[in-house]
Amino acid sequence: MAVIQVERKPLTFAERTYIPQIIGGLWVTLKHFFQPTVTLQYPEQRPEIPKGYRGVPTLVKDPNGREKCVSCQLCEFVCPPKAIRITPGEISAESDNAHVEKGPQAFDIDMLRCIYCGLCQEVCPEEAIFLQNQFSMSGYTRAEMVNNKERLYELGGTLPDEHLKWDKKKTAEEHGNAH
Amino acid sequence: MFDFYFHLPLIVRLVLQAIAVILFMFPVAAACSMAERKVCAWIQNRPGPNRTIAPIGGLLTPLGIVGRIPFLGPFLQQMGIFQLAADGGKFTFKEDPVPAHVNKFYFILAPIVAMIPALTTVAVVPVGAYYAVVNGQTILQPIVLANVDIGLLAVFAVSSLGVYAVILAGWASNSKYAFLGGVRASAQLVSYELAMTLSVLPSFLWMNKPGGQGTLSLFDAVQMQNGVWHGFSMASLHGMWGVFYMPISAFIFLVALFAETNRAPFDMAEAESELVAGFHTEYGAFKWSLFFLAEYCHMIIGSAVCILLFFGGWNILPWIPLTTLIDWLSHFIPFAAHPLFMGLVGIGIFVGKVFSFIFFFMWVRWTLPRFRYDQVMHLGWKKLLPLSIANLIFYTLGIALLQK
Amino acid sequence: MSSDIFFYLFAAFTTGTALAVVLTKNTVASALSLLLCLVGVAGVFILLDAFLLAALMVFVYAGAVVALFLFIIMLLDAQGGDRKPFKKTAYVSGGIAFALLVVGVLSFWKSGQQTTGELGSIVPVGSTLKNYGEQLFTTYLLPVQIVGFLLLIAMLGVIVLSKKFEGLEDIK
Ligand code: SF4
Ligand code: SF4
Repeated sequence: MAVIQVERKPLTFAERTYIPQIIGGLWVTLKHFFQPTVTLQYPEQRPEIPKGYRGVPTLVKDPNGREKCVSCQLCEFVCPPKAIRITPGEISAESDNAHVEKGPQAFDIDMLRCIYCGLCQEVCPEEAIFLQNQFSMSGYTRAEMVNNKERLYELGGTLPDEHLKWDKKKTAEEHGNAH
Repeated sequence: MFDFYFHLPLIVRLVLQAIAVILFMFPVAAACSMAERKVCAWIQNRPGPNRTIAPIGGLLTPLGIVGRIPFLGPFLQQMGIFQLAADGGKFTFKEDPVPAHVNKFYFILAPIVAMIPALTTVAVVPVGAYYAVVNGQTILQPIVLANVDIGLLAVFAVSSLGVYAVILAGWASNSKYAFLGGVRASAQLVSYELAMTLSVLPSFLWMNKPGGQGTLSLFDAVQMQNGVWHGFSMASLHGMWGVFYMPISAFIFLVALFAETNRAPFDMAEAESELVAGFHTEYGAFKWSLFFLAEYCHMIIGSAVCILLFFGGWNILPWIPLTTLIDWLSHFIPFAAHPLFMGLVGIGIFVGKVFSFIFFFMWVRWTLPRFRYDQVMHLGWKKLLPLSIANLIFYTLGIALLQK
Repeated sequence: MSSDIFFYLFAAFTTGTALAVVLTKNTVASALSLLLCLVGVAGVFILLDAFLLAALMVFVYAGAVVALFLFIIMLLDAQGGDRKPFKKTAYVSGGIAFALLVVGVLSFWKSGQQTTGELGSIVPVGSTLKNYGEQLFTTYLLPVQIVGFLLLIAMLGVIVLSKKFEGLEDIK
């Protein structure tokens, strides 16, 4: 690599007195002084959440209201800070969704631990867990900061996705060609 | 109207005056701290503190009611006035710990020492003027607590004691950051005091030219700048402000003032990026706020002196002194020449100038980065001091030639 | 009358702090006592109507010189260090100095008494600036010049002494 010698001009007298530079700086700050402020008045004004924002992880349901999570526990396994705790359970035979076989009995995400890495969303085979727009979590106790299953579904809502893989599987089974 | 006041015993009057000074300086200095936050915020395109509002109940009820007045209340809220009250309350009531490793006596003494020069120098600073009848003659009298003819020297003398607060705080804190802050402050203040003193000498040489009365009074310094326009002649020089015929002096004085008040870009003593908080690292609560107030008091006094010497005091514009203004005003307002009205106008102009200076201080603080310590010393000893000596010699020769 | 009370107050204050300068163990406390002592002297000057001297006293000595003392003390010895006990010579020279002081005060007391009446009528020179300046540059010109030269010599001495160290160029 060739060495390029940058010639440094000696400072002129005006520059050595600092004064022109100081006046220039003062002029810049004066301009800013009269400019409108750029601050977002937070609790009243909300920031616009960009697409693909990774907020609080939530659980979603499908358009038929079935909880999508099948408690495979992949997210629990992958979660780097071990924020997720799942108690798997069976879906009772009377239920409409008995063919899904498994669902979470309890699903807790400890938001004091979560680092919003998005790995749970990445790993989920059922597209059941999503990091959504919610960005502010607060509470007075540690217990309040653990999102349980109800809260997670409340935050997550429904995924408007007509994929309905388990329903298709059920229909296919009923028609006798399960595979 | 105010005769009863002058019939009070001297000691009572002095105490009243002292209380008046404290009651004036404390809120103004506190308001400056809020102004600082606001100016800083606006320069950085932020709104600054604008949310706090006093509750209707509790100690601050009057403020709380004011805050609910339509338009005025929200405006004050936007300006952070209630934040100021909240800050004051916080500093007063919060726990005031004394660290275990400090030298307790000097540690507590330091903030008290800081307040002494901050509050006493006001006594000799004239803030306005009024017509008074003395021996049948109507003459201009200064509004000042103590009209001594060594006014300037008294200000310099007492305010130079301010450095001990910093040194004491730095030393008594028994912590290396505070200590370094104290050492820096002492070196810096001594260095810039020289240039500062030398820079005002031409101004007083000019005042005390042979045949003059021989005075260092700040009131006379303003009297030097209250002439009217006489066309392009030497007589018009009288109405010109000091800054126009002694720009170098004014400049050196201003720079030295920044250094003396420990303001950015010379805030070596607290240099928060290097020394945590410098000399007041170990302080908290009320003691800390005393240092803070003292800094603003120094700024106020310093700008007042600068205005008196170089920016025409209570004269509104060059060649339009207060007397002319009052003559003009008495066409519209019959009682314009009344001492009270005239005094208020003078004080208003003067305080307005002081506030614009304070704004300038803040403006500079939020514009310039801090000098490095060796640069500060280099500037003080190798640039400003020779410059002020050359300036002094130049004006001495000039004044001597003019006298011939 | 009241100024008498103030005189005794200031005198006691000055003497007390002057003693503290010599007797305190802590060098920083010593320097601060010196500061208070100088302020006390300035107070006595004010009682004598010598405002200019008082202001100069505070400005130059209290404001700058003691600050430099403190600067040096802090630079060399951060802890403020303990003072060594007095040597025998210190006691002897102290005794001599005190004896001289007593002699001086006694002689002033004895011969100064007669002129007390006149002393009251003398206009203090230091009170008006103009007077002070004129006296300094006419009557007392020689002492002023001598002191000036002494200071110049001291300054040159300091420069010569400090230039001996090498590498001072780098410090700058
Ligand atoms: S959320 Fe997804 S990854 Fe986690 S247990 Fe449920 S199905 Fe498995
Ligand atoms: S976002 Fe990351 S840390 Fe948070 S729950 Fe999902 S995997 Fe765990």
